[in-house]
Amino acid sequence: MGMKFIGARVPRLEDPALLTGRGRYVDDLHFPGMLHAAMVRSPHPHARVTSIDARQALAVPGVHLVMTYADLPAPAQQARIPMLVPNPSIKHPLMPYALAKDEVCYAGDGVAILVADSRYLAEDAAALVDVAYEVLPSAGDCREALKPGAPPTHAGIASNLAAQFTLAYGDVDGAFARAAKVVAASLWHHRGGGHAMECRAVIANWDPLQKQMILWSATQSPFLIRRSLTELLGWDEDNLRVIATPDVGGGFGPKTIFHPEEVLVPLCAERLGKPVKWVEDRRENFVATTQERDQYWDIEMAVDAAGKILGVRGAMIHDTGAYMPWGIISPYISSMTTPGPYVVPTYRLETRVAMTNKVGTTPVRGAGRPQAVFAMERLLDKAADALGMERAEIRRRNFIQPAQMPYNVGIISRDGKPVIYDSGDYPGCQEKAEAISDYAGFRARQKEARARGRYLGIGIANYVEATGLGPFEGATVRIGPSGRIFLLTGASPQGQGHKTALAQICAEKFGVGLEDVTVQLADTGIIASGVGTFASRIAVNAGSSVHLAAQDVRKKVIKVASHLLEAAEEDIEIDGGKVFVRGVPGMTKTLGDIARSVAGMPGFALPGGMEPGLEATQYFSPAQAAYCNGTAVAEVEVDIETGRIDVLRYAMGHDSGNLINPMIVDGQVHGAVVHGIGNALYEWMVYDADANPVSTTFAEYLLPTAAEVPRIAVTHQETPSPLNPLGVKGAGEGGTIPAAACIVAAIEDALAPFGVKVEDTPITPVKLLQLIRKAQANAA
Amino acid sequence: MKPPPFKYHDPRTVAETVELLARNENAKILAGGQSLMPMLNMRYVQPDHVIDINRVEGLSYIREAGGRLEIGAMTRQREIEYADLVARRAPIVREAILNVGHRQTRNRGTLGGSLSHLDPAAELPLVSAALEATVHVQGPKGKRDIAMAEFPAGYMSPSIELDEMVIGVTLPVWPDGHGYGFVEFSRRHGDFAIVAAAVLLDVEAGGKIKRASVTVGGVGPSPVRCRDAEKALTGEKGAEAAFRAAAETCRTIDAMEDVYAPAWYRQHLATVMTRRAMVAAFGRAANAR
Amino acid sequence: MKDMRKVSVTVNGKSYAREVETRLLLSDFIRHELELTGTHVGCEHGVCGACTILLEGRTARSCLMLAVQVDGANITTVEGIAPSEKELHPLQQAFMDNHGLQCGYCTPGMLTTLIEFLQDNPDPTEHEVRVAISGNLCRCTGYQGIVDAALDAAKRLQGGKRA
Ligand code: FES
Ligand code: FES
Repeated sequence: MGMKFIGARVPRLEDPALLTGRGRYVDDLHFPGMLHAAMVRSPHPHARVTSIDARQALAVPGVHLVMTYADLPAPAQQARIPMLVPNPSIKHPLMPYALAKDEVCYAGDGVAILVADSRYLAEDAAALVDVAYEVLPSAGDCREALKPGAPPTHAGIASNLAAQFTLAYGDVDGAFARAAKVVAASLWHHRGGGHAMECRAVIANWDPLQKQMILWSATQSPFLIRRSLTELLGWDEDNLRVIATPDVGGGFGPKTIFHPEEVLVPLCAERLGKPVKWVEDRRENFVATTQERDQYWDIEMAVDAAGKILGVRGAMIHDTGAYMPWGIISPYISSMTTPGPYVVPTYRLETRVAMTNKVGTTPVRGAGRPQAVFAMERLLDKAADALGMERAEIRRRNFIQPAQMPYNVGIISRDGKPVIYDSGDYPGCQEKAEAISDYAGFRARQKEARARGRYLGIGIANYVEATGLGPFEGATVRIGPSGRIFLLTGASPQGQGHKTALAQICAEKFGVGLEDVTVQLADTGIIASGVGTFASRIAVNAGSSVHLAAQDVRKKVIKVASHLLEAAEEDIEIDGGKVFVRGVPGMTKTLGDIARSVAGMPGFALPGGMEPGLEATQYFSPAQAAYCNGTAVAEVEVDIETGRIDVLRYAMGHDSGNLINPMIVDGQVHGAVVHGIGNALYEWMVYDADANPVSTTFAEYLLPTAAEVPRIAVTHQETPSPLNPLGVKGAGEGGTIPAAACIVAAIEDALAPFGVKVEDTPITPVKLLQLIRKAQANAA
Repeated sequence: MKPPPFKYHDPRTVAETVELLARNENAKILAGGQSLMPMLNMRYVQPDHVIDINRVEGLSYIREAGGRLEIGAMTRQREIEYADLVARRAPIVREAILNVGHRQTRNRGTLGGSLSHLDPAAELPLVSAALEATVHVQGPKGKRDIAMAEFPAGYMSPSIELDEMVIGVTLPVWPDGHGYGFVEFSRRHGDFAIVAAAVLLDVEAGGKIKRASVTVGGVGPSPVRCRDAEKALTGEKGAEAAFRAAAETCRTIDAMEDVYAPAWYRQHLATVMTRRAMVAAFGRAANAR
Repeated sequence: MKDMRKVSVTVNGKSYAREVETRLLLSDFIRHELELTGTHVGCEHGVCGACTILLEGRTARSCLMLAVQVDGANITTVEGIAPSEKELHPLQQAFMDNHGLQCGYCTPGMLTTLIEFLQDNPDPTEHEVRVAISGNLCRCTGYQGIVDAALDAAKRLQGGKRA
């Protein structure tokens, strides 16, 4: 047998080009005659646009076009940008026009796009576009926005309540009535962003030969862009090709969203008959790319005397910002995620989605789950404290047991189906995390440190995450006459190593090396349909499609070979790019021979009634999500004089089913954990009371650097998913989900002598010192 | 985020530079560029003239003269970091510089640039104040010296004329075996400090503090010398309680605030950072043991 | 009345001469005039480090320099690190072996930064490596693979020297 690739730590096919500067990101592409665009954006969170005068800008030599709402083609004037995931609970399905019609609803809202010879010139001229605004009152805080009399975020809406829904099962009030203890918390998980190191970028180029608009975008979802564009402009799918390849510099959620520039740039290119490039700069990224996470939770938990959960109930407000491009996905996921790995017999969460005059919110790495896990895990800590129970112990007492799988949580999902966990060993995973973090040894470490005046704490948190969501992803596998294997899929990577992982699946089927597989991705021109990279779905969806397509091609190879070699199909073996007949040395053909034999000859029928070409396409649609899970343990030190928090150790027990490439999965976990550390301690998207963005540079919005984060220990438990042929689950977001919960728990533990309670994130030194002082004052 | 248009000049001498400054309105000097360039890219400043002094001769040196250290305005922070002379004669400068940005920015960033930019939390103005440096400037009327204490005219504005430029700095040297401590609190490594403290102690045989210099940055609009703390330390023998009491006097410094760090927090950090710097300084003094 | 200047520069051993507007950033000059797009731009305000190049062997953020400033200078970019088309530099190989990159966007800045750092400090501790790259943001890797790669590269580069 050839090399075993699935499960192996193989180096990535992507790396050599990226390491030598030969990657190709959107801004690296040059086309003859290409022009450059810059946006004119609203400086106000809410205002009426009373007039736009672009004459001065247009008079600048080298400026080719200023496009405003009035210049949009009719369909884009009539319709707003389509909402991709509508839901009946949405009362105000507010989406923006491609450019502001007569009202801007957040600081950063696009008013005009300007095209010039260079970006330098475009920025000069954009400053000359004279927009007259009549500033309107704005809504900043989402709780205030829902109060009667709050300023409407959009002219003419009766209230800022965008949507309202309740997820519930069981007699939750009855459970609370019976409880031995009830604990409650009011929590705030703050806005944060994706902040991929590459900002968004779009190039549009009309190809007169193919009669096709070609769009290159640094997107996570080329197929969703194509769909949105055709829906909005009435263009024909065949006249539009969207490419997110070869390289995209990180995604983390916001690049899944169809942003207005993705319609504006092709419109400019169409109007001017020239290629047009727009590259978002970092400041625009802070004001105009969607964000996430702002949620306020008022939640309580009822437990019995033994620490068993009886019920969880509460209310949550989600800030959706000025628009809701992905509907209510994030808050819905939040409300589905709360029960996590625990038996929660009764549950009710009332969710209200509020509009504010801030940039819209859409899923960011973790997608609504960090907030829910924060709520659940904080409640468990409080319940443990109230019962005088060890915090890991209360979790053990409440885990869903492996024997209970598949487990029906009791919640009905967005698609109307029940939430059923497919597989998992939650107690086992926590045990593994406890072992690698030396959880048991912590109290001794803590005592020793405290004797020297240092405050150490430990926190533990669990989560369950729905990954590998449908509807589908597809793949084509083809063997060419040279014997080379081609793999084509709509999956679109932003650093996750899809090329390598998918090649691993494919190569193993034919016993060839990874270098014998050419992988093409993220291009609507190479496969009929696709969806995109979000919700940690590529390994499951694209991976399974590759597996199935490769299997089909393998079957074809065997069939043709048995005909050519006159041997029974059972006796045919494939290895090293060759086909053999078992037990008959010398009876062999290469994959290329086989491919050529079914390529056909003009005028001759194919032998043995075979299908032409060694090719197969498969679309894998999972029946439901595959649920991955994990346990995180954080150990922190707090400097009680300054409020400084250092994460000293971090460990993660992680179960994402079978691993295709553990090296890649580890990397996903490391990156996701650091994103979570950022959310817990550093990343604070500051808005003033009127919803003006304040932290719009990397000097103000702090991403963690290598010096602030610890080494992260990861251990895997591999509980295969029964729902796909590879037994895999998603892995891209798990690291982020429990991070804030366990870090905040660790901070509280470190400050237990003062009785400090931390209810929001990010917890900055200033806020923490304030809490320490308050606790000290209360104690005195 | 691209710089606005401007006319670019690259003079070769200080005289030429000063003349360009005098002749052109709305001109900015480009030194190491680590502060000016981001502001240009974001168009926070839109000068008509950018005068690049990277090719001006004779502004890069580190030397000792008359028991003082002299450092040229265009001396790169990296050169100061790696200079033996600085490590021996003014070790607090090296200590401070390790907190200035990152290797990439120290390769370009200059002493003169940092002083002229005068960020309230910047490390180099802070140690310059602690050492009672003299800043040398040159304009059309010739050269003049400004004591560091008088150098800041206000928030991020040095007291030099529009046609003057910083050409160098002279740093008095403390006696061999003096103690020094530089401690700062920043959110991330290499960020501007929220609050930083520089402490120098001259400790006589027997462990008594003969002379103290205590300065904090990031609290006021420019570095603040804490005379009360210095007085409190003089004559003390390095007991924890003495440091605590001396540092506590910093709580009353008039403090700035912004959304990230309120005034009370900066004042509080001033007491913690100065105390820690005192402890570090005392621990390093040869006569403390 | 654009303010233009001639710039002659050697990049990765090759000489280039261009006439450019004086406000052109060095990062844009390298990327769009010289078409060496391996150097990336992540913030254009001097925080992310993606644009780091080696100027006369010393790291510099190319978004914080004007192209005119490098007239007559010698520059190395990520394209010039490998010894040949076929071979990777030991640091690059260590990145590959230790999964020091995902999307690759921060990678050129990480590599140039570490090349200088490992010259300054050939036998660093993990903490020193973390501080050395603290001026370079990476959103993908959590830095762990990069730190491991740097430590591994230090060993490879020292190779013979250590017993
Ligand atoms: S692009 Fe130069 S530091 Fe970010
Ligand atoms: S690998 Fe993507 S930013 Fe570092």
